[in-house]
Amino acid sequence: MGKKRKCALQVIMEDAGIEIDGQVESDTESEEDKAKKTPKKRTPRETRRTSRLERKKQDKYKEEEESKEEDICSQQNGTSKRKNYQRENKDGKKAGGGSRQRDKKAPTKDQKESENKEKKTSKNGKEGENKEGTDRKNSTSSDSSGEESLSEEELAMLMEQVEQKKKLISTMRNKPWRMVKKLSVLREAQAFVEKFEGALGKGKGKKLYAYKMMMAKKWVKFKRDFDNFKTQCIPWEMKIKEVESHFGSSVASYFIFLRWMYGVNLVLFGLIFGLVIIPEVLMGMPYGSMPRKTVPRAEQATAMDFSVLWDFEGYIKYSALFYGYYNNQRTIGWLKYRLPMAYFMVGISVFGYSLMVVIRSMARNANESTADGDDHNFIFSWKMFTSWDYLIGNPETADNKFASITTSFKESIVDEQESNKDENIHLRRFLRVLANLLIICCLCGSGYLIYFVVKRSQTFSKMQNVGWYERNEVEIVMSLLGMFCPPLFETIAALENYHPRIGLKWQLGRIFALFLGNLYTFLLALMDDVNEKLAEEDVVKNITHWTLLGHHNSSLRNGSAATPPPLDPADVPRGPCWETTVGIEFVRLTVSDILVTYITILVGDFIRACFVRFVNYCWCWDLEAGFPSYAEFDISGNVLGLVFNQGMIWMGSFYAPGLVGINVLRLLTSMYFQCWAVMSSNVPHARVFKASKSNNFYMGLLLLILFLSLLPVAYTIMSLPPSFDCGPFSGKKRMYEVIQETIELDFPLFVAKIFSYVANPGLIIPAILLMVLAIYYLNAVAEAYQRANTELKKKMQMQREEEKNKRNNKASTSPVLQDMEDLLTPSPKRETHPKQAEDKNMEPPGRTSPGGKQGKPAALNGSPRTGGRGAALSPPPPQRFVTQPPMLGVRAPYPGQLRPWRQPLGTVPGRGRGQPWYSQAAPYAPR
Amino acid sequence: AYKRFSELLPKEERKISRSTRVPKSQILTLPELRANPFQHQICRVFSTSDARDDSMSFEDFLDMLSVFSDSATLDIKSHYAFRIFDFDGDGVLDRNDLEKLVNCLTGQGEESRLNGTEMEQLIRNILEESDIDKDGTINLSEFQHVISRCPDFASSFKIVL
Repeated sequence: MGKKRKCALQVIMEDAGIEIDGQVESDTESEEDKAKKTPKKRTPRETRRTSRLERKKQDKYKEEEESKEEDICSQQNGTSKRKNYQRENKDGKKAGGGSRQRDKKAPTKDQKESENKEKKTSKNGKEGENKEGTDRKNSTSSDSSGEESLSEEELAMLMEQVEQKKKLISTMRNKPWRMVKKLSVLREAQAFVEKFEGALGKGKGKKLYAYKMMMAKKWVKFKRDFDNFKTQCIPWEMKIKEVESHFGSSVASYFIFLRWMYGVNLVLFGLIFGLVIIPEVLMGMPYGSMPRKTVPRAEQATAMDFSVLWDFEGYIKYSALFYGYYNNQRTIGWLKYRLPMAYFMVGISVFGYSLMVVIRSMARNANESTADGDDHNFIFSWKMFTSWDYLIGNPETADNKFASITTSFKESIVDEQESNKDENIHLRRFLRVLANLLIICCLCGSGYLIYFVVKRSQTFSKMQNVGWYERNEVEIVMSLLGMFCPPLFETIAALENYHPRIGLKWQLGRIFALFLGNLYTFLLALMDDVNEKLAEEDVVKNITHWTLLGHHNSSLRNGSAATPPPLDPADVPRGPCWETTVGIEFVRLTVSDILVTYITILVGDFIRACFVRFVNYCWCWDLEAGFPSYAEFDISGNVLGLVFNQGMIWMGSFYAPGLVGINVLRLLTSMYFQCWAVMSSNVPHARVFKASKSNNFYMGLLLLILFLSLLPVAYTIMSLPPSFDCGPFSGKKRMYEVIQETIELDFPLFVAKIFSYVANPGLIIPAILLMVLAIYYLNAVAEAYQRANTELKKKMQMQREEEKNKRNNKASTSPVLQDMEDLLTPSPKRETHPKQAEDKNMEPPGRTSPGGKQGKPAALNGSPRTGGRGAALSPPPPQRFVTQPPMLGVRAPYPGQLRPWRQPLGTVPGRGRGQPWYSQAAPYAPR
Repeated sequence: AYKRFSELLPKEERKISRSTRVPKSQILTLPELRANPFQHQICRVFSTSDARDDSMSFEDFLDMLSVFSDSATLDIKSHYAFRIFDFDGDGVLDRNDLEKLVNCLTGQGEESRLNGTEMEQLIRNILEESDIDKDGTINLSEFQHVISRCPDFASSFKIVL
């Protein structure tokens, strides 16, 4: 039974295949005959079947239909559709067999089309698959049950058609049809599938099917809910969207960057707090038990004063927020937690994690950005067709967008003209060199200023009573520089006249250099300080030693029997503990940076906006349009501030574990604060531009500063001796010795051996060599790929040029007509084509009527034989007279040859576009 | 989407909103369309009304949203973009269409408009770039050829309610 069925199916499949060919390539006589015959054959059978089926299954069918429809387009409410559907059903019945026939044919063609496209949208595709699965089951189950009413052949044919319908359903989305059309076709297809399955699936199969459908429905719903939930979980998504709709994507990119940064810092914070600070607080020795955990006697009086705390002296200095507080006990608490080890590892893993995250997101961005190949062929067209951002919903932004589009048009026109002329180039070049010179001068000046200030502050620190200004001079100067240099650079950059996107990068690079220079001058000065402290430490070490010894001796002298009363930890003289000093410097810098940023926003943006807004009523000139106006959101400055700040966090977090906590707070507040400030007191940029690519630029800056901040920390860890009386590494020669110690004491012997082997230079140097070689090799491969890529691009360019030339030679195509034809030619008209084609063969080819169809693919596949339709309008070139008649003649008997010709038809959407009118146009179609 | 659609309808018609059409003026009050320079074109393209008054039924509305949604393929998007840009509806973008398009993009302000020579230059450049068969117009396949190379067309050609 099953075998027979298969055979029948195959036969019909072949039959159907030919049918499709016949419809599609019906410009030959034989094909035409077949095409004529097959419908005739089919009509009676079909009508018979459908009527029978309808009579039988009408009741059942309605129930099922309901569930199914809702399932497939569950976004849309079902009721109207059902109404519509019923209406249409009636229409269909009225129209009778003919229309049915037409409908049936259209989908098969469409299906071919969609197969060419081969793009299945996920949801529909899945549903289609689901249905196929169920269908298979139904058909197997139906083997036993419902067969009497239908003959095998009919059944097989049904199956075939249902398969087609299903494919149609699954590819429905990819077609540029009207929704009405889509819905009606969809409904029809669904109804058909329904009928069929109703015919085959009885009892058990049907139940299973219904169950499956229900589950699929539920699953889809759940997935949608889950997606909604996920988007709701993304923090500040709505805020950023709002900002984006007002200010464009470039401002939003800053906030997205800020959010990303917040995530990274949260992880770092968790790492440091969970593994270092909390264990120390819970299990370490309490405050006051040791000299390093106690405020010295001399400072105790003022240790709780706010001004002292504000400078991070006093109690804060001797708390778990700073390096000096930690003890060098190898294990603490009942867990035997190895705190120094943990401290060291966390310090390293902070860098490791940051590097990993930055590089990973950079790689992802790079992947995305290389996915779309840059092509400089269509600058103008792109500007024209794709410059409008349809997401813009705010009239003000729209005005800005208008302005920016206009300027971009004008600019590109000017560019075009200039590239033809090139007269201004010397002046521009001169201006750019001048601008760069000025900026380098600025950078040097600011570097020297900072160096000078830091030196001066060292002399200040030796003096006793210095004022608040003298103490904070470095921070103030640095913040002022950071505040005033960027606008200065911007004015200088106006000389250069770059495109805003390139200008932004230059600006970022310059400010970055400024900040970096400042940071490194600061670090150098700090290093001097540290060296001084180290020298001082040696002295103090001796003193401490002697004091302790003296204390011991004195107590011995008092009475040998009594144990010496312990020296109060506050009284022990101690070293300067340079690590804590460094940590404090970083924390101070960070805090002052935060304050300056916020005050700048408050004064520079908010107060200014208020002033402009309210004083404008009584002022002699228009403040809003004139001089002060509203502030723009300074993307480059803000991004760099963020990056720079993060660099300081990375540098300082080793010596001040609490710094990350401060930073998390800062990012959190600045998210809200800046969002508010932007929305309340800034205006959109005069030149809105997309910042699609600059994201990786931010990341690149971040990576650079991460690397640069890694250097000083690594240097101090590897080559400076830790203080003798504070911090988890006190008493060791170098900080990294904590690892060796752990390996020696806590691991079995062979591990230590393995490590010593691994650390052997004989092994390390080959490993490094290997890595270098690998890098070289990969680089070479990448280069080769790049070259191949450009080669390909060039080839494509050439081809395009060639095409153009060919077209120019044979200016016979008139896409106007073609497109018109596509619009008006409905698919059923196809059937009439063969006749026309036949007639045409008789006629002189120059007069080919618009019915000729080989012209359609021409526009896309760019072949020189561009079709007879165009020939109707413009006088055909000489070749056409020669080639056309034999072409038609030759083609006729071999339909198979023509298939590649028809192939592009699917990809010419012009044809798909004809579809919507199909029913309207049908009356006019036949001639 | 249905909720948004029915908000556009007056109250008494809300019950039967399936079959009624929303007039163009109502559609244009949508904030997503209000600032769009192509609002009239969009209405015209997506409307299936017989009376040619650019009113929209719910299905047309859905149609529009599905074209502007994320999940629509590039083909569909470019197809409708072409129809939106095709102001006179003759199936090709000719000089007049392009001129209107430029005027739409540069806004209503007189000072922001391009002058005659600039316009001429711009349109000439565009045709030079994308008019492959050199017939002075851009047809759909040429348009799609251009659009398919553009990296951020799909991301900008969308509307989210």
